[in-house]
Amino acid sequence: MSLLQVDRLVAGYEPGLPIVRGASIRVAPGEIVAVLGPNGAGKSTLIKAIAGLVLVESGEVRFGGQDLRQLPAHRLVRAGLAFVPQTENVFANLTIQENLELAGFFLGRRRCQERVRAMFELFPDLARQRALPAGRLSGGQRQMLAVARALLVEPGMIMLDEPSAGLSPRLVAEVFAKLAEVRAEGTTILMVEQNVKAALALADRAYVLAEGREHLSGSAAELASHGDLASLFLGGANR
Amino acid sequence: MILQQLADGLVLGSIIALGAIGLTLTYAILRFANFAHGEFVTFGAYLALLALGQFQVLSTTTFGPLSFGWPLLASLAAAILATAGLALLLDRLLFARLGRAGVAIAVVMGSFGAALALRNLLFFAFGGEPQYYSRAIQIALPLLPRSVLGGVRATPDQLAVLGVTALLVIAMHLFLSRATLGRAMRAVAHNPQLATVTGIDVAAVVRWTWIIGAGLAAVAGVFAGLTVQIRPTMGLDLLLPLFAAVILGGIGSPFGAVLGGLIVGIAESLAVPLVGAEYRAAVAFLLLILILLVRPTGLFGERG
Ligand SMILES: Nc1ncnc2c1ncn2[C@@H]1O[C@H](COP(=O)(O)OP(=O)(O)O)[C@@H](O)[C@H]1O
Ligand SMILES: [Mg+2]
Repeated sequence: MSLLQVDRLVAGYEPGLPIVRGASIRVAPGEIVAVLGPNGAGKSTLIKAIAGLVLVESGEVRFGGQDLRQLPAHRLVRAGLAFVPQTENVFANLTIQENLELAGFFLGRRRCQERVRAMFELFPDLARQRALPAGRLSGGQRQMLAVARALLVEPGMIMLDEPSAGLSPRLVAEVFAKLAEVRAEGTTILMVEQNVKAALALADRAYVLAEGREHLSGSAAELASHGDLASLFLGGANR
Repeated sequence: MILQQLADGLVLGSIIALGAIGLTLTYAILRFANFAHGEFVTFGAYLALLALGQFQVLSTTTFGPLSFGWPLLASLAAAILATAGLALLLDRLLFARLGRAGVAIAVVMGSFGAALALRNLLFFAFGGEPQYYSRAIQIALPLLPRSVLGGVRATPDQLAVLGVTALLVIAMHLFLSRATLGRAMRAVAHNPQLATVTGIDVAAVVRWTWIIGAGLAAVAGVFAGLTVQIRPTMGLDLLLPLFAAVILGGIGSPFGAVLGGLIVGIAESLAVPLVGAEYRAAVAFLLLILILLVRPTGLFGERG
């Protein structure tokens, strides 16, 4: 049984101009699945389509048996699917504490405070700067806050769009170590990555997206040793 | 003289501030300059006048030295609700539709047209003659003797306007910093898509923004009617000062809008002895140009 099931998804920004052209992916409970692919392959668009943020023309998106296309985008996180966008993923004008409290607004006051405390334990760096506007955080800390914001609601699954983007190798290792911890606690992860090496080291399985549909898929180990992968990235999306 | 001018400017400034809070919120959250906001002020004033006709029978006693009693407060509440309803209706019929087309200037021009239509509707319904909530003449109380820089006198109504404005500003501050809805409004102003991802119903936040912005505009209208007079062009006359206050304070900053409102109000009032009452409106305009030249993001602006 898949937790997330995407079938022949066609989606984009304008009607008749699909960016995602018939992509199908599956994520089983407890898995870490990576979506790889060259710049412009449509990875962000795919993940935004799952999150209900772009125009979906056809195809199916099911999460735990629910038809996500029938659900307004703002109800997704309450249904247990959290999303960390690639950029602009914290409220820069709110403090760290306000960012976290806002993320848990629908949990009820007591539960929300409990979860904020839990996130501060998981991310001690954030706890120290809780009164600071999120706009003043460094790139790595911002990414941590964005992940904390998503984890705060204890989602069944979390989707991350390029969590390593713009981070130094040391910070990438730090963020990915946190993600491994998160999965160990039972959270399923779907992540889009350009950092193939780091992603395949963490993921169980991966899809390679090119021209809006999956071009290759397999276990992380298989893909890591696949010759085509390097040529795909070096040579762009053209086969 | 100078102190009196300052005091009068403060009263005018608080009315501008109340209108400017709503304007800056709608600007930040809906991302367009609503030229009909001045008409919300006018509608608030006239709707309260209409309601007063009904509520007057309730009681004829006034609150101590003030010119009004429970009937005007009840009318104020009715005006707030009705003006909020008017804003929601305009959004439904006009702004949301134009907004979906994705052409920002269409929404701005739409609000311009709505302002014209609403203003003429009021002319048609009430005529151009100034009207008042009360015909009673209020005695201005001496707050400072003439020996101190010409002294300060203020009517009890003016003091009430100052006091209630201060309370509303504090309430707005607490609301935006503490309440979930207030924080959600700041979140939507910053990034609507991220707000959606966070579980916030952006459409609901937009509706509340209209309700709060139009409600505060109605209060500004009633206060202007109480301390000056009620005319169909009162909102139009306030429009430039409102925008000057919003831009001076920094678009999207309610705190900045309040400060901007007070600065514009005081500047206009101080300018009267210098340039004469006919040109006081030009002061807001000059301030606006000056801000745009010197500091386009305003005092507290986050975005350019
Ligand atoms: N907001 C947008 N509006 C229109 N086209 C877009 C938008 N964002 C991305 N695109 C286009 O969609 C294609 C895929 O982009 P994206 O999904 O961001 O790729 P990736 O994340 O794989 O780098 C690109 O050609 C890009 O130009
Ligand atoms: Mg991307």
